[in-house]
Amino acid sequence: MSTNVASAFDVQRIRRDFPILTQRIHGKPLVYLDNAATTQKPQAVIDAMVRSYAEDNANIHRGVHLLSERATQAYEEARVKIQKFLNAPNAREIIFVRGTTEGINLVAQTYGRVNVGRGDQVLITHMEHHSNIVPWQMICEEKGAELKVLPITDEGELRMDLLDGLLTDRTKIVAVAHVSNSLGTINPIKVIVEKAHQRGIPVLVDGAQAVAHMPVDVQALGCDFYAMSGHKLFGPTGIGVLYGRLTLLEAMPPYQGGGDMISAVTFKKTTYNAVPNKFEAGTPNIAGSVGLGAAIDYLKALDFTAVSAHERELLAYGTRVLGAVPGVRIVGTASHKASVLSFVMDDVHPHDIGTILDQEGVAIRTGHHCTQPLMERLCVPATARASLALYNTKEEIDALVGALAKVREIFA
Amino acid sequence: MDLRELYQEVILDHNKRPRNFRVPDPVNRRAEGYNPLCGDKITVFLYVEGDVIKDLGFQGTGCAISKASASMMTDVLKGKTLEDANRFFDQFHDMVTAPATAEVKSDHLGKLAVLSGVREYPMRVKCASLAWHTMKAAMQAENNVVSTE
Ligand SMILES: Cc1ncc(COP(=O)(O)O)c(C=O)c1O
Repeated sequence: MSTNVASAFDVQRIRRDFPILTQRIHGKPLVYLDNAATTQKPQAVIDAMVRSYAEDNANIHRGVHLLSERATQAYEEARVKIQKFLNAPNAREIIFVRGTTEGINLVAQTYGRVNVGRGDQVLITHMEHHSNIVPWQMICEEKGAELKVLPITDEGELRMDLLDGLLTDRTKIVAVAHVSNSLGTINPIKVIVEKAHQRGIPVLVDGAQAVAHMPVDVQALGCDFYAMSGHKLFGPTGIGVLYGRLTLLEAMPPYQGGGDMISAVTFKKTTYNAVPNKFEAGTPNIAGSVGLGAAIDYLKALDFTAVSAHERELLAYGTRVLGAVPGVRIVGTASHKASVLSFVMDDVHPHDIGTILDQEGVAIRTGHHCTQPLMERLCVPATARASLALYNTKEEIDALVGALAKVREIFA
Repeated sequence: MDLRELYQEVILDHNKRPRNFRVPDPVNRRAEGYNPLCGDKITVFLYVEGDVIKDLGFQGTGCAISKASASMMTDVLKGKTLEDANRFFDQFHDMVTAPATAEVKSDHLGKLAVLSGVREYPMRVKCASLAWHTMKAAMQAENNVVSTE
């Protein structure tokens, strides 16, 4: 069945929507396999942002003039598009931020600052990105609280059998990645949320790597916070979203102070604006929000089931052919995986692999992928990582494998 | 540029069989170096008597360029004075950071000149210079951590 869906998916037509993909790198066709770092942008997103600056540019929420009205409308329309995309109950639960990192920091610095105290615990997992480790470490250090870590298996799956023991009456929040950027593991968020909620503990989900690969429904997941970045969803950099449950957002103190987040200011006292403006101090990334809205429109016009099927097929193909390359070992072999292929190759350092592949036009990421504790756990100093998106093809995976032959040749 | 100019035989050989990949005994100065970009980690150990580097070695993990650079560095600096080592540092630094189009005089650097190819790969310059920065830190203090960022 998946073959049928996938063949209905015309990847060549999709590729034509992304102008950057026609480029040549070092004289070879670009094979862009670094989508977990950032995704490429379709023309529709680029056009929407140009239009925003060329035709609708003004500050929002401030002017009585028509341009300001148009800019405000575009900004608020983007919010509603994201609300629907994540199936959030209310558009006020969508807060614009710079990206996943800022979304997590916002929760740590507001919810965390009020609710985490001396002797309390914050629970994360061993596969988190630094941006879902450091903000919690900072608040724990400040408050004299303890950062707890849910272990993983050698395959890169969460040790769900240990979860109950780590959820205690001192646990104030659980923060977990929906999809691991280094391994591709898709975590069982629903189960984690159920267990945490049984003890009244809220859950933040780092959705940076999930949104481009699967439909996300925050109500179905049941999570309390969900953070994502526009640039990993075919949208622009510098814009992202934090979804938060309204009751929690309303009880939280503001994040930054400034314009837009207030309703009245005197030198004695400031009354804060309502959610979400309370969390959006200063002039936001207006064109960025429009670009993100356009990215969501672009995705909605595609059949996400077909997209997922296409990526599943690519992942299965990539796992097979990459695994068959002599000396290659795939790192991260969870049974439930998104299209990430992390690997090591004999004693060739990933950094050298990356340089040689680049000369062949193949762009991958090498290093620790901002997951140093995970690399240490898996006993690899670094990996090479090919991460796929909806516009990638089997031919590109073949190009990756072909370029690895060059690596072998040089490091014979 | 041909990759073979970056990955020359000498470099591949030092990568495969790094020289002085050990902790010297005795040792009286050391420093750790990190390259946060790729997670490379190196420790350089020196045994300095008077102003002479009597012995040195290194440990750690890294790419071929960083390992070969460390290996060749230890080969060249053994028996040199601290002043000589500082001069080598400056000359090596100039060589790997010179614009790719510039002529570089690297005769005085001897076999270290094979690393001049990294100039064509800006992302790799730090790989080649990590060992040297770490060595310089080791010369200056007894315990040090440096980072290439
Ligand atoms: C799992 C994960 N979380 C968080 C982030 C941080 O995202 P951003 O840099 O867009 O804030 C990333 C991206 O690098 C990621 O992969």
